Amino acid sequence: MRQASKKQGINLRPGNVISGKWHHRKYVIKKQLGSGAIGSVYLCEHNGKYAALKISDKSSSITMEVNVLKTFQKVQGNRLGPSLLDVDDWVDFQGNRWSFYVMEYLKGSSLADFLQRHGDEWLGILMLQILDDLESLHQTGWVFGDLKSDNLIVTHPPARLRWIDVGGTTQIGRSIKEYTEFFDRGYWQMGSRKAEPSYDLFALAMVMIQYYYPNRFERGNSPERTLMNKVKQIPQLQKYQPTLRKALTGQYSSSEQMKNELATILMGPTTKQTQYRRPTKTTTAKPKTQYQARNDDGQGHPILESVGICIVVLFFYFCYLFLL
Amino acid sequence: MKKGTLKQILLITDGCSNKGEDPSAVAALAAQQGITVNVIGVLEDEQTEDPTGLQEVEEIAMSGGGVSQIVYKQALSQTVQTVTKQAMTQTLQGVVNQELKQILGPKQDLEELPPEQRGEVMEVVEDLGETSDLEVLVLVDTSASMHNKLPTVQESLIDLSVSMNARIGRNRFSIFSFPGKRKDIDKIFDWSPKLDSISSVFPKLTSGGITPTGPALKAAMYQFGKKSLKRSFLRKDETSIEETGD
Repeated sequence: MRQASKKQGINLRPGNVISGKWHHRKYVIKKQLGSGAIGSVYLCEHNGKYAALKISDKSSSITMEVNVLKTFQKVQGNRLGPSLLDVDDWVDFQGNRWSFYVMEYLKGSSLADFLQRHGDEWLGILMLQILDDLESLHQTGWVFGDLKSDNLIVTHPPARLRWIDVGGTTQIGRSIKEYTEFFDRGYWQMGSRKAEPSYDLFALAMVMIQYYYPNRFERGNSPERTLMNKVKQIPQLQKYQPTLRKALTGQYSSSEQMKNELATILMGPTTKQTQYRRPTKTTTAKPKTQYQARNDDGQGHPILESVGICIVVLFFYFCYLFLL
Repeated sequence: MKKGTLKQILLITDGCSNKGEDPSAVAALAAQQGITVNVIGVLEDEQTEDPTGLQEVEEIAMSGGGVSQIVYKQALSQTVQTVTKQAMTQTLQGVVNQELKQILGPKQDLEELPPEQRGEVMEVVEDLGETSDLEVLVLVDTSASMHNKLPTVQESLIDLSVSMNARIGRNRFSIFSFPGKRKDIDKIFDWSPKLDSISSVFPKLTSGGITPTGPALKAAMYQFGKKSLKRSFLRKDETSIEETGD
């Protein structure tokens, strides 16, 4: 976003040193971890320890994110986000001022990578974990806001789903600060952009759906019907259907309700789809092709299958008749 | 601090002005009058990121104290609302900075404060952004080349209304198009707290090849001064608060 300022986006190289203007700590840049609308995140080293450093020319946005992280730190246990280590400004050689903050570095893999390597049955379990965290977050008066697959990371072992970007975190009752269309219920015309627990639960349902649609999909003329159809088309989502439906239509007013119902499904009797099946070791395959493969092997051809069974039964029946 | 009303013009265009006064000068005048001018330049699908015709976009927003962004039409919805919100924060931050200077001396502004105190000030700015009233006049270029983009523009304006109405503060929106049939701008949609009933306003509009951005901006400025608007804002309009709540 081009604000009325002239600075270009930042481009730091490995080996660059960022030194704070106020607290005088030095950070050596190792590599870039990501970049978004507000600034870039780098892996850095300070006193022999790795940390993540987010830097931007938008001092106000950085400050707002720091405010959120600080609120989390006051919450018991501080597991609601990466812990905040430092906040400072850096003046580069040309005299440009950048604002940055340093947080705990969470090493892990993306949700999609993890599920491909360890199997779909982890999806429900990881969702239970995040619902636990959302519950505590909502209890402290905040809503995550920009909940999407890109903002989630699985640390392992033990496998734990955690969120990494608090830029959209908003106080309950206000308007959502930051969102991504595909995960936003306003975009799907299925609710407002007011920060309330059900906003996050909608987004979480979309995270589950998006795993099976890595390329996402258009909302079409009747967004709600499109969504429900897309859910129906994925056999692996079958067992979650009632929960997903409720989350998408805003019928859960708290994470706890969704968590309990999801837990009931996961504890329930093992159906054909939930049976443990070691996933094939094709970790190098791209998500796109993965999806097609997943769709095919799960669905099969029910009609062919039943016709086959009939033929076999008839064959034995005739054998029986002839032998008599 | 007294909660005022933030006034913004959101100009949506796809080309360079070619008639009348310099739009940047008009935008500077608007800024002087307390109206922020934001500009969104819409690209054709096959256009490259920085076409010459759209350089003006940044200049207008800069002199209008606002935010500018050049986008493909697919990204319009999200852009319209981020631009509006960013401009609000920017304006409010300007106001707060002014206050800080009065208290702490001319050299002191937000960026000069240590991070700890900056956090507290930003909380105030955020509160103001959430609770202050907002008036947005959307000024849409309806010259021939914009024609196929208008359905997307319309969609993104409805989306803007969804975003803004999730705030605690009150909103007023109006839509004008330029060039007008006889005047510089034509009113398409009168001041209203919501933009959900605009489904049929755009299709009938098309005009020739002139783009009088400057005169249009000037005419738009006057729409904020209208008495009717002030009156409707002063009225304790309980129903409009109810409406914004959903």
